[in-house]
Amino acid sequence: MSLAAYLGRWLTLALSLALGACATGPMANPADPLEPLNRAIYSFNDTVDRAVLKPVATVYRDATPSLVRRGVGNFFGNLEDVWSFVNNVLQFKGEAAASSFMRVSVNTVFGFAGLLDVASEMRIERFTEDFGQTLGHWGVSPGPYLVLPLLGPSNLRDTAALPVDWRGDAVLYVKEEPVRYSLIGLRVVDQRAELLRAGTILDQVALDKYSFIRDAYLQRRRNLVYDGNPPEEDWQEEAAPR
Amino acid sequence: MKTRYMNLLTGLFAGVLLLLGPSAAATDEAADAMINQLTTEVLAQIKADKSLRNGELARIVALVDERIMPHVNFRRMTASAVGPGWRRASPEQQKRLQDEFKILLVRTYAGALSQVSDQTTVAMKPMRAAADDREVVVRSEIKTGHGDPVQLDYRLEKTPGEGRGWRIYNLNVMGVWLVETYRSQFAQEINAKGIDGLIGTLVERNKANEKKG
Repeated sequence: MSLAAYLGRWLTLALSLALGACATGPMANPADPLEPLNRAIYSFNDTVDRAVLKPVATVYRDATPSLVRRGVGNFFGNLEDVWSFVNNVLQFKGEAAASSFMRVSVNTVFGFAGLLDVASEMRIERFTEDFGQTLGHWGVSPGPYLVLPLLGPSNLRDTAALPVDWRGDAVLYVKEEPVRYSLIGLRVVDQRAELLRAGTILDQVALDKYSFIRDAYLQRRRNLVYDGNPPEEDWQEEAAPR
Repeated sequence: MKTRYMNLLTGLFAGVLLLLGPSAAATDEAADAMINQLTTEVLAQIKADKSLRNGELARIVALVDERIMPHVNFRRMTASAVGPGWRRASPEQQKRLQDEFKILLVRTYAGALSQVSDQTTVAMKPMRAAADDREVVVRSEIKTGHGDPVQLDYRLEKTPGEGRGWRIYNLNVMGVWLVETYRSQFAQEINAKGIDGLIGTLVERNKANEKKG
C-alpha cells in the first residue's frame, strides 16, 4: 500500500518537525503536546474543506433525493459492518460479532448489496468497531492528539491503526481503478454531507473550534473504546491549574 | 390463637407500609426514575407542539425555564466549565456567565429539536448506584427510528435536604461531556482576556447567532 508508506514518511517528518515546536507554558494541554503543529494542519484542512469539500457536499445534498443518499450511506455502512465484525472478533466480543455478521448477511442478501438497511428494521443492533478501538480495548493508550492532513482529528494509536483499517476496507480491493476512486470519492462526499448540519451547529457553539473538536474527539474515542461506558475520570481534579 | 395474632400483626404492618409508601417514594425518588419521567414528558410536549420543533426560540426558552431548569444545577455546571477562574469572578460576573452560557446552550440544542419525530423514543439503561450515593450517572438512549441510537447520559447530584430531589450538573451526548468540552475553551479566553473577556466573547457569540437565526 503505497499511500500508507507515503503517509508514514509524512508522519515521521511531521513528528520530527513537531519536536522543535512542542507546546509549552501553563495553557499546554497534556493530551495535545503538538498543538502548534496540529493547529497549522487544522487550518490547512479547514481551508481545503471550505474551498472544495464542503461546497461539493452541499451540492450533493441538494441535488440528490434523500432516498438515494440513504442508500449510499447504507451501502458504505454495510462495508463498515464487515470490518466491525472482524474487530469484534479480535476483541472477543461474541454477541457483537454475531450481530455484525447477521447485519452483513441480511443487508447484503435482502438489502440489495447493502443499499437497504433491512437489519436495522429487524432491530439487529449495530456495533461499530475499528482497529484503533481494538488496540484501545487491549490496553494501548491513545497517545498524543494528532490532526492528520485531509483526514482530520486522530491520535497516535488510531493513526498507527489506520493502515490496518485500510486493509479491511473492501472499497480499496476494487480492481478497476476508475470504479475504486469513484467509490472513495463518493464515500468522502457522502460522509461530509452527513456532517453539514453538525458543522453549522459547531460554528455557533464553539468559541474555539480547534479546542472544541479536539476535546470532543478525545472523549468520543475513549467512550467508543469502552463501548459507551468509560470508567470515571477524576475530572474535578483536572480543573486545577497545572 | 397465636397465628391469628400473627396475622393481625402482619396486617397492621402492611397497612403502615401502605400509608408510608407513597410519601417515602416522594422523598427518595431514584435519579433514573426522575430522568425517565422528565424526558418522557418533555419529549411528548415537543411532539405535540410544532413551534418547538420549528425552533421558535421564545417558546423553547420558556420550555427550558419551566420544565428543565428546576432540575438543573446550572450554577455548578457553569462553575466547573469556567474552572479555577470561577472563584475569582464577582457574584455579578458569575451571574452574567451563567446567563450567557445558558443562551448559548439553548440555542445549540434548539436546532436538534427539528430532528424529533413521532418515532423518537427514550430508553433508560440500567443504573448502578448505591442507595446513599450523593452523585450518580444516569444513562439513556434516544432512538430516532432510523440510524444508530444517540447516547444521552446525565450526572446528577442529590440536593441537600430531605425530599429535594436530584439535579443535573453535566450532560453527555454520544460520549462527549458538555462541561469538559467547554473547559479548555473558557480557560483560553480567561487566560487571554480575563473573566470580562470571556463574558464579552459569549455575548458577542450569542449576538452573532441571533442574527443568523
